Amino acid sequence: MSGIIPIFERELYSYFRSPVAYVFIIVFLMASTSCTFFLGGFYDSQQASLEIFFLFHPWLYLFLIPAVGMRLWAEERQARTDELLLTFPIHPFSVVLGKFLAGWIFIGLALLLTFPMIITVNYLGQPDPGPIFTGYLGSFLMAGAYLAISICTSALTKNQVISFVLSVVICLILVLLGWGVLNESLNNLFPVWIADLINQFSFTTHFDAIKRGVIDFADVTYFCSIIGIMLLLNVRIITTSEGR
Amino acid sequence: MIEVVEISRNFGKFQAVNQVSFRVQKKEILGFLGPNGAGKSTTMKMLTGYLQPSSGDASICGYSITKETIKAQAAIGYLPESAPSYGEMKVEEFLRFVGKVRGLNGKRLKFQIEKILEDTSLKTVRNQLIDTLSKGYRQRTCLAQSLLHDPPVLLLDEPTDGLDPNQKHEVRKLISQLKEDRTILVSTHILEEVEAICSRVIILSEGKIVGDGTPEELLSKSTYHNAINLKISVQSNQDAQQILLEIPSVDKVEISSSQDQTLGFVVFAKQGNFILEEVKECLDQNKFKIEEMSVEKGRLDEVFRQMTKVEVP
Repeated sequence: MSGIIPIFERELYSYFRSPVAYVFIIVFLMASTSCTFFLGGFYDSQQASLEIFFLFHPWLYLFLIPAVGMRLWAEERQARTDELLLTFPIHPFSVVLGKFLAGWIFIGLALLLTFPMIITVNYLGQPDPGPIFTGYLGSFLMAGAYLAISICTSALTKNQVISFVLSVVICLILVLLGWGVLNESLNNLFPVWIADLINQFSFTTHFDAIKRGVIDFADVTYFCSIIGIMLLLNVRIITTSEGR
Repeated sequence: MIEVVEISRNFGKFQAVNQVSFRVQKKEILGFLGPNGAGKSTTMKMLTGYLQPSSGDASICGYSITKETIKAQAAIGYLPESAPSYGEMKVEEFLRFVGKVRGLNGKRLKFQIEKILEDTSLKTVRNQLIDTLSKGYRQRTCLAQSLLHDPPVLLLDEPTDGLDPNQKHEVRKLISQLKEDRTILVSTHILEEVEAICSRVIILSEGKIVGDGTPEELLSKSTYHNAINLKISVQSNQDAQQILLEIPSVDKVEISSSQDQTLGFVVFAKQGNFILEEVKECLDQNKFKIEEMSVEKGRLDEVFRQMTKVEVP
């Protein structure tokens, strides 16, 4: 497991060296707050909670997180630095994990910067702190799952655009599987247990549960397993790929 | 020490490397020679663990690259073909990163970085972004990276590619100094490089080894081996060429230049025998005025072309 820290540090710094970090943070902050206030009707809801704020996270992440993840391998492939990285005496999993953690912490940082929302809601009323805390935790976990998928698609190609599109599509499917409208038509098509099973594969289903203030073991396990499986798949891709 | 046993690699149906075996001892600089696409880089990539061999194995300092990959990788310093590095980093920062990933830290890391910056003449650009450096400096930065952990085995894929003659000279000098306590494998398609630094050469063609020996041994396979380059003053060329051809040990005589009264010849020896004395004697007898005379060791490019000639059916 050695070598993770320098790789993590390098990746995290490299976000801030390029405009990507600043663009991402600004867009994320602006989009998440304007969605809450304008699309979600935060004031009209007359509720001192961040439920509306979290409601938009799966949709925002859909486009923003693939943008964070797409460079992680594609850029290395393009510059051929993967040939250095993968010939250092460290396990490929350490490289993957170091990269993933760098991206995740970066997104976590952007998420932390939404703290004025907490101040606002506390100013306006007396919110229950439980769902706010679990909402952030759930959002962070879900972001990890999105990111793990994005890094994985990034390893498949040296073209960042292809990597971006692929991961948006995969994440979109995982979001839609739990979407109310689709659910109803699934219920009509399949027996209930199949519809439920499909439903269980969705980001939305598990995030909804967490953001209501209940940290269920199953929901946490779901996100952690997506992350784990995607990272392992990523290791497999980089060690066997012939496209180099 | 590097030991390669029947290593092969296929890309789909294409066989890039086909049952290649060789050994490189300590203090040896093995030149890996071959035309583009002969499988040099693919072999190197397999030795570093970057590519998995389709079959066969290699060991680096006794560690199998397929089974004990990490231990083998720790013993290797690798300069990939395109000399990649992170452009957004500064030279020293990049070296510190590589050092840390390789498990160096504290005083040792600091000491090694200073030493390597000195050895590769990068001190003046240590705080410059790699992206802003010229090709030569970038190449050396990547070379520096491969030397940082003082590896017993060095794999250098075209280390002088794209450098100017002065830089080439510097890098070759550095590699020759490094051989003292190391095993070095250098791939190249520059023939002069082989003669300049390599103690042994392997010629690859279409994924197979087609030649293996010291540069001298390979040169002796050239038709130019022990041929004589000659410049003489004559009255009529017909005479001189005919007279030279009549020497029993001479195979053939080619005219290489003709200028006024001065004629240049290449006199080829039969079976590469040493014919200097006979030719000299013959010229003296016929009272030719010798202006220049030298014995050729052979021409590597000719041997190279012969060995790597792809047969078209």
